[in-house]
Amino acid sequence: MTPEGAVEVQPAVLLRADRVSRRFGAFTAVEDVTMRVGPGEVVGLLGANGAGKTTLIRMLLGLLAMTVGDVELLGGPPDRELRRRLGYVPQGLGLYRDLTVRENLAFTSQAYGAAPPDLPESLRQVADRLVAELPLGLQRQLAFLAALAHDPQVLVLDEPTSGVDALARAALWDTIHEQAEKGVGVLVTTHNMAEAEQCDRLLLMSQARLVAQGSEADIIGSTTAVAVRTNDWARAFAVLNEAGQPVMLAGRDVRVAGADADQVRTVLAHAGVTADVVGVPATIEERMMVLARAPEGP
Amino acid sequence: MSFAVRSAVVRFGDTLALDDVSLQVEPGSVVAVVGGDGAGKTTLLRSLVGQVQLERGQVDAPPPQAIGYMPATAGSWPSLSVAQNMDFVGGIYGLSGDALASRRDELLDRASLLHSVGRLASQLSGGMRRKLGFSMAMLHNPPLLVLDEPSTGIDPVSRVDLWRLVSEAAAAGAAVVMSTTYLDEAERAASLLALDGGRTLAHGTLQQVLDSFDGTVARTPTPHRRAWAWRRGREYHEYWPTTADVPLDAVVVTPDLEDVVITLSLLKRRDKEPAS
Repeated sequence: MTPEGAVEVQPAVLLRADRVSRRFGAFTAVEDVTMRVGPGEVVGLLGANGAGKTTLIRMLLGLLAMTVGDVELLGGPPDRELRRRLGYVPQGLGLYRDLTVRENLAFTSQAYGAAPPDLPESLRQVADRLVAELPLGLQRQLAFLAALAHDPQVLVLDEPTSGVDALARAALWDTIHEQAEKGVGVLVTTHNMAEAEQCDRLLLMSQARLVAQGSEADIIGSTTAVAVRTNDWARAFAVLNEAGQPVMLAGRDVRVAGADADQVRTVLAHAGVTADVVGVPATIEERMMVLARAPEGP
Repeated sequence: MSFAVRSAVVRFGDTLALDDVSLQVEPGSVVAVVGGDGAGKTTLLRSLVGQVQLERGQVDAPPPQAIGYMPATAGSWPSLSVAQNMDFVGGIYGLSGDALASRRDELLDRASLLHSVGRLASQLSGGMRRKLGFSMAMLHNPPLLVLDEPSTGIDPVSRVDLWRLVSEAAAAGAAVVMSTTYLDEAERAASLLALDGGRTLAHGTLQQVLDSFDGTVARTPTPHRRAWAWRRGREYHEYWPTTADVPLDAVVVTPDLEDVVITLSLLKRRDKEPAS
């Protein structure tokens, strides 16, 4: 807590991990990860299940000890006092389903010693309904409101938009950006790769390691894909799938992640499938696919 | 022969769950039904498989034994093993002995579950459990496959895996209908149906949906009318009825599916023309 009258100085780095590793017995969940989140930054943490995202977050918040390395939350080792200045929305939302909207907010604001926030119109209409009865979009909105009530300086969001429609998702991203513009540092995980564009910077984890960071282009790196345009997608798909290629359907075309265009042409020609085959930049999802297929890691 | 739900109206008590919604799927293709929680996706899929009574409208679907249906909830029994789940469903469809064993192993192999046959469904990861549910729906090789949110909550790599299974089924001739909350999955399907509050926002191929969009979307650092703007990273996209309405400091963009679905949702909810 800040002593009375003192000016609270915002540290230049809000979340910091330095060469952090965590092992559970023989299993390594996080291996040698170094990362930062600064004020006003929206940082996206991407990775498949089991890549180590949740373990890293738990260490950053001081909820799990590191095996090796060092973390800082708001300039110090994470403890109860520093966690008061943190807003966290877990995947399961952390709401009391058998309390009403108003009761949930009263409870969390009291826990943080803050005044209950004003309700936006959408939640005012359901203020006295049980959380369990609300549609998921409203539940997510409420979880945000509860996490923001005490004006946190750092926001950690685990899958904040999962399961909601495009409009509700846009509203949640509005809230996230408004916080960032106020100087809050945001670390957010998502399984929706289309949301990568909402982040200022991305971190990609695979098999316990941080394998890429930066812009979308930095994350994709030199990974490419092959686009196959044909009037018989089913044949093209079946033939390439049979040949063990990581093939994906894309409308009425198919794409092959990380493949070589000439090799794809040869496979298709052998099977008598006529197609236009061109090399194209990969998507983030395709980069992740290629990583997942390389058992030895990067 | 295609399968369809035509002009369906479904009411639950006072709630209009589907308001004149149509869906059609051809063999050998994937149709995606996209929308959020409460959009009507599950009701539409259950109408197609005959589990919901229509107030009006018509359903053209094969008999139940020719449909593979994977509900949004589990789709498998948590206290049965992977093999037991498959055998139980196989029994219902009259499969037994070698025929069942070979079909079961073929499907589990494709779903990379063959090494997990002895594990309880409750011990599988979310992605593996969805793949088991899919394999159970595919056991009797149905011409119509109906999958309710097979990919919600699972990670991108498992989702790609699941899409491979779905694509394999379509490539082998099945008509596939799947619901999703992800717009990129709707883009990947042969055609899409976007629902909001029980009503159709858009339908057709991705290109048809984009081409039929009536309006203009412009990129701007600060929105002119906050209620008609949404974030795309640090900038906003804002809807304008015509290009002539776009202010000088905004740049007209080619709207993508997200822009189109957000705009149509805003228009439907406001139910009035924006003041320009």
